[in-house]
Amino acid sequence: MSTATATDRAEVSQQRSLLSRASHFLTLPAVGPLFALLLACVYFSVRTDRFLTGANLSLIVQQVMVVGALAVGQTIVILTAGIDLSNGAVMALGSIFMAKLAVSGGMPGIVAILIGIAVCTVFGALNGALVTMAKLPPFIVTLGTWNIAFALTHVYSKDQTVTGLPKSLTFLGETFPLGNTDVTYGSVLMLVLFAGAWYVLRQTSAGRHVYAVGDNPEAARLTGIPTRRLLLTVYTVAGAVYGVAALLLIGRTSVGDPQAGQTDNLDSITAVVLGGVSLFGGRGSIGGALCGALIVGVIRNGLQLTGVPSIYQVLITGILVILAVSVDQLARRRRA
Amino acid sequence: MSETDGTEVRPVLEAHGLIKRYGHVTALSGADFELLPGEILAVIGDNGAGKSTLIKALSGALVPDEGRILLDGRPVRFHSPADARRAGIETVYQDLAVAPALDIASNMFLGREVRRKGVLGQVFRLLDHKRMQAEASGHMQDLKIGIKSMKQAVETLSGGQRQGVAVARSAAFARHVVIMDEPTAALGVKESGMVLELIRQVRDRGLPVILISHDMPAVFDVADRIHIQRLGRRVAVVRPAETNMAETVAIMTGAAPGNLDVAANGNGSS
Repeated sequence: MSTATATDRAEVSQQRSLLSRASHFLTLPAVGPLFALLLACVYFSVRTDRFLTGANLSLIVQQVMVVGALAVGQTIVILTAGIDLSNGAVMALGSIFMAKLAVSGGMPGIVAILIGIAVCTVFGALNGALVTMAKLPPFIVTLGTWNIAFALTHVYSKDQTVTGLPKSLTFLGETFPLGNTDVTYGSVLMLVLFAGAWYVLRQTSAGRHVYAVGDNPEAARLTGIPTRRLLLTVYTVAGAVYGVAALLLIGRTSVGDPQAGQTDNLDSITAVVLGGVSLFGGRGSIGGALCGALIVGVIRNGLQLTGVPSIYQVLITGILVILAVSVDQLARRRRA
Repeated sequence: MSETDGTEVRPVLEAHGLIKRYGHVTALSGADFELLPGEILAVIGDNGAGKSTLIKALSGALVPDEGRILLDGRPVRFHSPADARRAGIETVYQDLAVAPALDIASNMFLGREVRRKGVLGQVFRLLDHKRMQAEASGHMQDLKIGIKSMKQAVETLSGGQRQGVAVARSAAFARHVVIMDEPTAALGVKESGMVLELIRQVRDRGLPVILISHDMPAVFDVADRIHIQRLGRRVAVVRPAETNMAETVAIMTGAAPGNLDVAANGNGSS
């Protein structure tokens, strides 16, 4: 009798640990977005044969690589309870620097690239300095730097598209074969950015501190985390990531276009929010943001393939954003 | 502890003649303080008595204008809470200073994360999640806080359990002193009782505790001695066993003179 209860208990506890593991998995922030992404993929696979092909999936990743890269920077900023409206314009400025320095300035590609990334990094640092030292709200700061970067882009380029870019700048648009599918180097670089961000956020103390600062800045400060230095670093690193996005943009379009990236700031926020990252900070995961970026790409691509006018993609994205934020709000209220 | 008189044991933490002024307001006017090994010392006082200023000076949150602080007999000067923490003084704050979305282990080691050994930790700065979870679990068990998974987000815990995480964190890292600033203020009756029990356990494990509280029954329940602060200085130190709440409150409000209150004793007859 007693042994029977003992084994029963052991079984129960084993079941419980399986259950708790399963329930732990379900509470992971990327699960919802991943599920939505898979759902969208299944739906379009059923609707059209042309969706689930290597070439098409590669195309989707290629289409989201610029906004995806911006979303990496946007995610770490939003995790600190900030927001970055400037990232699209900063990226455009960086890409114009790269293009002009290489074409008109005759600089070697790598030098032009490094200067372009440096320009974006400086803008990131400026955002961070204004947020931490002048203590201005991130929304206002990045609204300002968005306009500044936009204006500088047009002044510096004299509103001219830069063409005839050397290969040393456009190489990310080139492809390599993966099985039967051609994949661009840019797609891989975007995934590498996500992997790097995952590593830092999940596996290093700096990443834990980013979450803590967004979650409860006062508690973070009291545990001895240098919160202002951390925020400054976050915005600066985000700037450097936008520099990489600038290079991806050039790879994708093979020109330096001063008009590029005008709605990419909002698109990157959309991706992050769809990925289940809370705009209130401290919650969400970088994997979710990747899913968010891919959801937008899959819907756009799927609707195109099924012959639906592309404006409906915008409509659906809008509805999804509101849904995602509602879920976040509901979860917050239940916790409170 | 009741056998030895306070004068014969060297205090773990002491302060002499602390003065702190804010413009025309004097928050501390020559306050003394003494924490003995292995005791729970409650600090009480009316609003404006300088109780929180005193605690802030002891925990490094502010630097007093004058006076000396000694830790284990050695003079110390704290310029930040991090300084005090490095010296082995941990503080539990009343507003549950935890990051609710982070899990228990991450909160316990927040700002003091443990990295993997060797190249993985030194070069790749990889965190040792397993070890932190195991140690967190050990610290929680030391205080008999029954929570199974250290991967649980702190926000899924009750208020008392959250405070339990904060107490376990301070007990785990404090080498000399644990300061608890109104640890039960945000809690219900049952949960307060649980936190008071934790405070006793921290003391029984050898760490002296400074307990700041408005809750007189709680103070009389757990404290070994009570430091009464009034008008910016210490006016009395009493033992709960030798007095009662009415007398203590009378000293606190100035209705009765304290046993260390030179000014009140001197002026009492005039």
